[in-house]
Parts: sequence; C-alpha cells; structure tokens
Amino acid sequence: MNDILEVRNVTKRFGMGGVFGRNHITAVNDVSFTIEAEKPEIFTIVGESGSGKTTLARMILRLETPSEGEILFHGTRVDLRASRAERLKFMHEVQPVFQNPFEAFNPLKEVDRYLISTARTFLKLTKQSDIEQAMDDALQKVGLSYAEVKGRFAHELSGGQLQRVSIARALICNPTLLIADEPVSMVDASLRMAIVNLLKSLRDDFGVSVIYITHDLATAYYIADRIIIMQKGDVVEMGPARAVLDNPEHPYARLLKESVLSIDDAGYGDLDPATELMDQINKDRTGRTKMVTRDDGRLVRVAE
Amino acid sequence: MFKVVADLIRYNIEFTIGVILLTIVIVFALLSFFSPYSPEMIYVVIPDQPPSAQYWFGTNSRGQDLFWNLSFAFRNTLFFGLTVAVLSRIISITVGLLAGYLGGWVDRGLMFFNDIFVAIPIFPILILFYFVLRSDLDTFRLALIMACLGWPFDARLIRSVAIGLRSREFTRHAVFAGMSPSRIMFQEHLPYVMPIVFSTAMANMIWSIGFEVTLGVLGFTNINIPTVGTTIYWANNHSAMVVGTWWWIIIPVTLIVMTFLGLFLLAISMNEYIDPRSRLRRMGG
Amino acid sequence: MAEQKQDVLQVRNLKAYYQMAYFGVEREVRAVDDITMSIHENEVYGIAGESSSGKTSFIKVLAAAIRPPLRVVDGEVEFNFGGQKIDPNKASKEEVDAIRWSKLSYIMQGSMSVLNPVRKIGRSFEDFAFKPMGLPRAEFNSRVAAHLERLKLSPNVLNAYPHELSGGMRQRVTIALATVCQPQFIIADEPTTALDVVVQKDVLSMIRTVQQEMRASVIFVTHDMSVHANITDRVGIIYAGRLVEEGPTRQLFAQPKHPYTAHLVASLPRIGDTRERPALEGRPPNLSDPPKGCRFHPRCPLATDRCKQENPPLVDMGEGHRVACFHTDKVKPLIELGQPKVTRMAEGAPA
Ligand SMILES: Nc1ncnc2c1ncn2[C@@H]1O[C@H](COP(=O)(O)OP(=O)(O)OP(=O)(O)O)[C@@H](O)[C@H]1O
Ligand SMILES: Nc1ncnc2c1ncn2[C@@H]1O[C@H](COP(=O)(O)OP(=O)(O)OP(=O)(O)O)[C@@H](O)[C@H]1O
Ligand code: SF4
Ligand SMILES: [Mg+2]
Ligand SMILES: [Mg+2]
Repeated sequence: MNDILEVRNVTKRFGMGGVFGRNHITAVNDVSFTIEAEKPEIFTIVGESGSGKTTLARMILRLETPSEGEILFHGTRVDLRASRAERLKFMHEVQPVFQNPFEAFNPLKEVDRYLISTARTFLKLTKQSDIEQAMDDALQKVGLSYAEVKGRFAHELSGGQLQRVSIARALICNPTLLIADEPVSMVDASLRMAIVNLLKSLRDDFGVSVIYITHDLATAYYIADRIIIMQKGDVVEMGPARAVLDNPEHPYARLLKESVLSIDDAGYGDLDPATELMDQINKDRTGRTKMVTRDDGRLVRVAE
Repeated sequence: MFKVVADLIRYNIEFTIGVILLTIVIVFALLSFFSPYSPEMIYVVIPDQPPSAQYWFGTNSRGQDLFWNLSFAFRNTLFFGLTVAVLSRIISITVGLLAGYLGGWVDRGLMFFNDIFVAIPIFPILILFYFVLRSDLDTFRLALIMACLGWPFDARLIRSVAIGLRSREFTRHAVFAGMSPSRIMFQEHLPYVMPIVFSTAMANMIWSIGFEVTLGVLGFTNINIPTVGTTIYWANNHSAMVVGTWWWIIIPVTLIVMTFLGLFLLAISMNEYIDPRSRLRRMGG
Repeated sequence: MAEQKQDVLQVRNLKAYYQMAYFGVEREVRAVDDITMSIHENEVYGIAGESSSGKTSFIKVLAAAIRPPLRVVDGEVEFNFGGQKIDPNKASKEEVDAIRWSKLSYIMQGSMSVLNPVRKIGRSFEDFAFKPMGLPRAEFNSRVAAHLERLKLSPNVLNAYPHELSGGMRQRVTIALATVCQPQFIIADEPTTALDVVVQKDVLSMIRTVQQEMRASVIFVTHDMSVHANITDRVGIIYAGRLVEEGPTRQLFAQPKHPYTAHLVASLPRIGDTRERPALEGRPPNLSDPPKGCRFHPRCPLATDRCKQENPPLVDMGEGHRVACFHTDKVKPLIELGQPKVTRMAEGAPA
C-alpha cells in the first residue's frame, strides 16, 4: 500500500437526546478519500457549519470512532484502544494543529515544553543538545528560532507566533500528515497569509501532506491541491481545488462560491442570498443521490 | 510564590492576622525542643501553681510545668494536623486527577469508593480503632487513619476541575506532544488544582485537629502522649475547674482557638486568592 | 454626504481601563483610551481591529455589560432613544433593565457563554424575551417560531441543549435571541466568525434586513474586513485601544489614510489572486504599557521622531473621514478596489 491515509465509507452518527425527534444525527455520511504517499498535497475540506468537518478530523486523529466504515493508515486499521506504543507510532506520523492558538498551550507552563516532549518521545532523543537542535530545525522551518521561544509563556507570544510554534511542534516528529482544523480563523487578516504560506511551503519543501479545514475559500484556492465540499455530512463535490473553485458544479458548491464576500463591494453591501441556488439545493436533497465522476477528475453528487 | 505571600501579608488583613496567630502557636510548639523536662515526667515541679513569673502558664495537678507541657502538646497536635493534611492531600490529588483525567470506568470505580468514604460515619470508626489498637494508637497511626478518612470531598472538588481541564485544547495538544497520562496529570494539570489543595489543607487541619481534641477529651486516644486533647482530658480528670486550677483548661483552649482562627483566616484568604477570576487575571499575566 | 441624521449614540472621550490590584500587583490595561464618536440612526457602524485591540471592551462599555476589573475611568456614553437620553453606565439598574433587549441588545462574543448550557434553547428564549415582549404565550411562541424560520433555523432547536448544536447553529440562535424583540440598537460582537460563508452572508443580510425594517442602528465588531466591506455604512478602526481612523465604508477601503488601515485592507486574500501579501511585522502592543506617542509607531513604516513623542489627534479630513496620523499625505492605498458587483446601491449606503 502506498496510501498514507484511506478513509473508506466512513459514517459517524451521534445519538442526541431528542433534538430532532429521538433520531440519531448523522454528522458524517459515507465519506471516502485517499491521500497518497508519493505526492504530498494540501487537501482542503470546506463546507457548511456543522457539516461534520471537525468530526471527520477527529476520527482521523483517533479521537472519535467511526460508526461505520474504516480509516486505514498505511493500509492498517486505526484502532482507538491500541496500546500506548501503537498510539505513539500513529502520532509520530499524524499530527494536529489546533484552531485557537491561545488555547493550545497551557498558560501556566512554558511553550517549549511541548516541543521538548515531542522531540524526546518521538525522536527518542536524550541529549539536551540534540533536542535543542531538533527544536531549532523545526522552528526555523516556520520562521522562528529556539532562542525566540525558549522559556516563554503563551501570553508573551502573539497569536501568529503561537500558531507557528504549534505547527513547528507538529513538524518535529516529521509527520507525513498534518491535520489543521481552521488554523487561521482566529488570527487576524494580516497574519493569515503568513500561516497559509507556511502550510504551502510544508508541502513544497518538506513533503508533508496537509488536511486543511477552513471556511476561507480564498486561502483554499490559493494553496489547495484537492478540495472536498461538505454539506450536512455528505460530500457534494470533490476534486482538483482550482478547477472546482473556478467552476463549481454542485449547487451547494456554487452557492458557497457565490457567498464569498469581496471588498470590491465595499460600501455597496452585496448581501442578497442566492435564493435560486438554495431552492435547488433543497429540492435536490429530497431525492436519492449518487456520486459521478467528471472528465476533469472531479466527483459530483447528482440526483439519481 | 514568595512575592505572593509578601503581597498577601501586606494587602490582606485576614491573611496577616492568620499568619500572626499561627506563627505564635508554631513558635510556641517549637519551644518544646528546649524543654528542661521530658513530657512523660510528672511531679517535677510544685503542683497547682497559678501562672506567675516563674511558671508562665502555671503548673498542673500532676506536677508538670504547663508551659513546657503545652508546647509538647501543641507540637504533637500540629504535627498530627499537618500529617493528616499532607497524606489526605496526596490521596485526594491522586484520586481526583485520575478520575477526572482518565474518566470512563476508572472514574466510575474511584467515585464509587469516594462515595463509600463519604458515607462512612467517622466518629464510630475512630472509636472502633481505639478499642482495637488501644495504646498502640499513637499520634502517627491516628494521623494515618484520619488521612484515609479525610480525602473524599476534596477529591471530588479536584476531579471537577480536572474534568474541565481534560477538554481544554492544551490537554489534547499535550497528548499529541507525546506526554504520558501521568505527566499530563501531574505536570500540566496539577498547578491548576494547587490553590485548591492549599486552601482545603487548612480546612482539613481544622477538621482533623478538632477530631483529635474531641477524641482526646473523651479519652479515646493514648492518654500518655501530650496533645491538646489529652491535656484537657487530664484537666477534666483532676476536676480542674472545680478545684480552681482554671489555667489548666483556659490556656490550652485559648491556644487551640487561636490555632483554629489562624487556620480559618488562612483558608478564607486563600479562597479569595484562588477565586477563578483573580486566578485568571494572574494567568493572563 | 447623506442627509443630516440624528445621533442615537454619542461617545465622548471615553476611557475604560481594566484596573487590577490583586495582592499588591497593580496593573492597568488601557483597553479603551479616549474614544470619541457618534452613531447615527439607521446605520451599521463597523468596528475593526486586530485581536486584543480593545474592541470587545469598548462595546461592553456601550452595552452596560462591564464588570470589574473593567471600569469607566473618564468620559461618557449617551444613548438617545427617541428623546429619552440615557447613559447606561450612570443610570440605575432598573432603567438599564428597561431598555435592555427591548431597545438595546447585545450579541456577545462566543455564543456559548450567552446560552445557559443546562437550559434548553426554548427556555433561554423565554428567559430573555418573554418579559420584554409582553405578549400572550401563544403569540409569543408563534412570534419566536416565525423569527427562527426567518433565520433558517428549524423550530426543533428550541428543544435542544446548546452543546448539541454546532458552533454555527449556536451563533445563529444567539442572533435570533438578540433580535427577536426588534430592538432599536443592536451591538454585535464577532457574530459571524464561526460561520461558513453561506450562513455568514445569510446572517449578515438578516441583520441588515432587520436593521432597515426598523431603521435601527447596529454596531458590528469583527476582525474580518470583507464582512465590514459588505455590511457597514461606516467603519471605525481601533488600534491598541484608540480609534485611529473612521469614515464612510467605500472611502475608507478605497482611500485609507492611516498606514494600519491601508495594511488591513491590503492583507485580504481573494479568490483568483495568488499574489503574496506581506504580514505586518511586530506584535500588537501591550496595553498595560503602551508605546509612547502614536501607538502604531513601532510597526509603522512611515514613523518619524515626532510619532514617537506625540500622540496624533483624530483630525477630520472632510466628509466624516477622521484619521489620527501625522503623515496622512504619505499614505497610499496598497491595493486598488475593483468595481462593485452590485451597481444598484444598497439602501442607506453612502452617496
Ligand atoms: N459529541 C457530539 N454529540 C452529539 N452531536 C455532535 C457531537 N459532536 C458533533 N455533533 C454534531 O455533529 C454535527 C457535525 O459537527 P462538527 O463539529 O463536525 O461540524 P463542523 O463541520 O466542524 O462545523 P463548524 O464549521 O461549525 O466547526 C453537528 O450537527 C453537531 O451538532
Ligand atoms: N478580564 C480582563 N482582565 C484583564 N485584562 C483583560 C480582560 N479582558 C480583556 N483584557 C485585556 O484587554 C485588552 C482588550 O481586550 P478585548 O477583549 O477588548 O480585545 P478584542 O479587540 O475584543 O480582541 P478579540 O478580537 O480577540 O476579541 C487585551 O489586552 C486583553 O488582554
Ligand atoms: S502617526 Fe506616525 S507612527 Fe503613527 S501611524 Fe502615522 S506615520 Fe505611523
Ligand atoms: Mg469545526
Ligand atoms: Mg473581542
């Protein structure tokens, strides 16, 4: 097998205490995709709020078990109750970047603890100088240095710096896959591009694949190789990012693109919802649907 | 830490009074190391002397100098309270953090035990131990027993904090940084529960010393070891109030009230200090 | 400029600090430092600025939602609800309660904190809105249901607990809560930050509709400049507790006069544009020890010695465009705005 990750027909249902009747809610419905080892890529997941993006990421990270289907990692099944050694082996290859950089570090402890622990546990380094070297290498990749971070507390660093430290920490164990759940939504516009560019250079220069979850289609367009668009737990369109975003086919994907606000409209307030598209989406959702492949390699959900 | 204490003393009157009261008691207890008499010896001075320049606290009907005798008593009692506090803190931290962080069946199991210990009637158990152990029930053994009974409420408190910490993002971050569960619990989470540990330690000392005094007064401990409880026991035994040797009762009672008041004031000012808002401000740095 | 509009809110020299003296360590965070501005009726006023610049603190003062350690140190806030003038920070609790929700509503940052985690959403609606609306129960229920319908929320959410909803749904529920009484003044703090673009646009257009139906005034806080571009009539930029620029939206985006604003506008990525954009060097200033002079000077490419010593006053450049910078003449827009998609002018937009 030369797939890093294979998500095979994964479904996740949560039982909810009588919210929508006594029903279960399907947070993720029958999602499949693979990420190949040979070509590192940025794989973007966009979609509705509550469409199951975070749930999917959590399942890949083993923080949640799929209700159906399986997630294979290098061809083997990811088991939530594996031994600690197994879990460490997994974390060595798959690392998360969290949404809120201010929450990702213990406010009472130095930031570099996380880096040291990562170097120690995953690289099995024991000598202080080796550990520092490993940390410095990783921090250099994100445009920081160990000297800047050493002994500092989270509140002494800015949001953007923290987010970069957080990425550097993940990089220490040379993961093959990075899972970033909305890594830029908390940082302001001026830092957003810096982090996005960093993700891009991870792929190009260090061969790391990234699963990038976001609401920001502009940055997705800018860095993503492939994109999946989710709606209410379903994948509605999936394929090469620029092709899909330049010319989305599924009504929901079109709606997403339509809805991106532009500063060109400054002062004119283009806020009319695309009612036609919405009607069509609601109509489509009632019938049975299936995924079909298009010539340019994209998969689109259409009515059966 | 030192700075915090210094600030507390300067700005928090309760804390200052508490520290002063406790310092007096502790210094008094430490004086026992310079005692000219051993605490077991009786009839070493003239009995029943009221407080005077020679015998500051008077002497009792057993011919002991109350000043020195009480300093031994307070040393033992404070040592007892401290041992109970430290041991029961260790248990409650371990149980609370384990239950809170690991959750699942560990949590259910530990909380089941916890509830049993909450439900146990403490006083009858202690009396039972006295009748089983009799003169083997020295201060340290009693402290061990009390420690085993004095953790469940605080463990629950710590658990609730730990549950909150478990779902914080930095905990998940720590997991993915390869930190072991014990490291996460005792290095990442422990600092958050330390303020609680300190303040409950004070309350715990009041509780255990109170029990010790009660048991001692009733004679359910080894009465040959001088403690505050046994001092009062002997005084009662010799009908101190009736014979007019009032100092034998009034002085230890005053001192123990000072101790309680001091601990109580410390606990209160600590509580203020760990109030989440002021703590958040401190963390926000 | 459009016809002279009545001011609904006037803020004069407002200073609000977090003053903390705990165990001897005294600290003062000057989160709001000398802000003067006014909000007209029937307009959406945007407040932008980076994280921890004091946006939330400022509107907390306006919404009378301050608690120690945040204190109003100086200055005043005056609402004018159809002749009824009130300073929420000086008025009695009863007076403030009388206007809260019915006249003035506040959508807090972080929707989870508003919704009581152990109460179903429906109960929260009753807690907030039943008394101020003063309707019979049946009518109240149908009004709430109709309102949820408008916000594209299923009435089933009324039976849900907050933690059972996704972040986006919670956010919409809070907005529904804050607008159900049809207040005249709405203050919204980052109400769309957790939402996907479709819902975001929807919610924005809903806020806009509610606002225009009732000629209400809205203060809208977010760090997302593209949201400001689309919903606001005027925008104020806050940097380190100070208002550094304010003006009609189109003008502020097209011709920013403050170096910080110019940078903010230019840093936005756009679909179809892969040009690299520089990030702003340096860190946001520490508000408990802000830099002397212009607070932006350590990061400002145009800073001179004067900027390091003197605090630039907010100067009116005409047409309500006010800027606090000594070197406005040297500030060039870093990008060109494209033609707006909509040529039809939204009602209430600047001429
Ligand atoms: N622990 C849980 N119990 C019950 N339902 C849950 C749980 N976690 C998530 N859900 C539900 O699953 C659905 C998907 O949630 P998820 O957080 O994955 O969405 P998301 O795509 O990440 O949304 P957002 O863009 O708002 O972050 C939502 O409807 C949510 O209410
Ligand atoms: N309770 C508090 N005690 C002390 N300082 C505080 C408190 N709340 C906020 N601050 C400080 O006040 C300043 C302004 O914070 P505020 O929440 O107003 O920022 P903001 O502009 O809303 O930021 P964001 O975009 O992140 O919401 C920050 O420096 C912050 O650290
Ligand atoms: S006043 Fe000076 S430092 Fe401040 S923004 Fe203007 S040019 Fe920059
Ligand atoms: Mg999510
Ligand atoms: Mg805020």
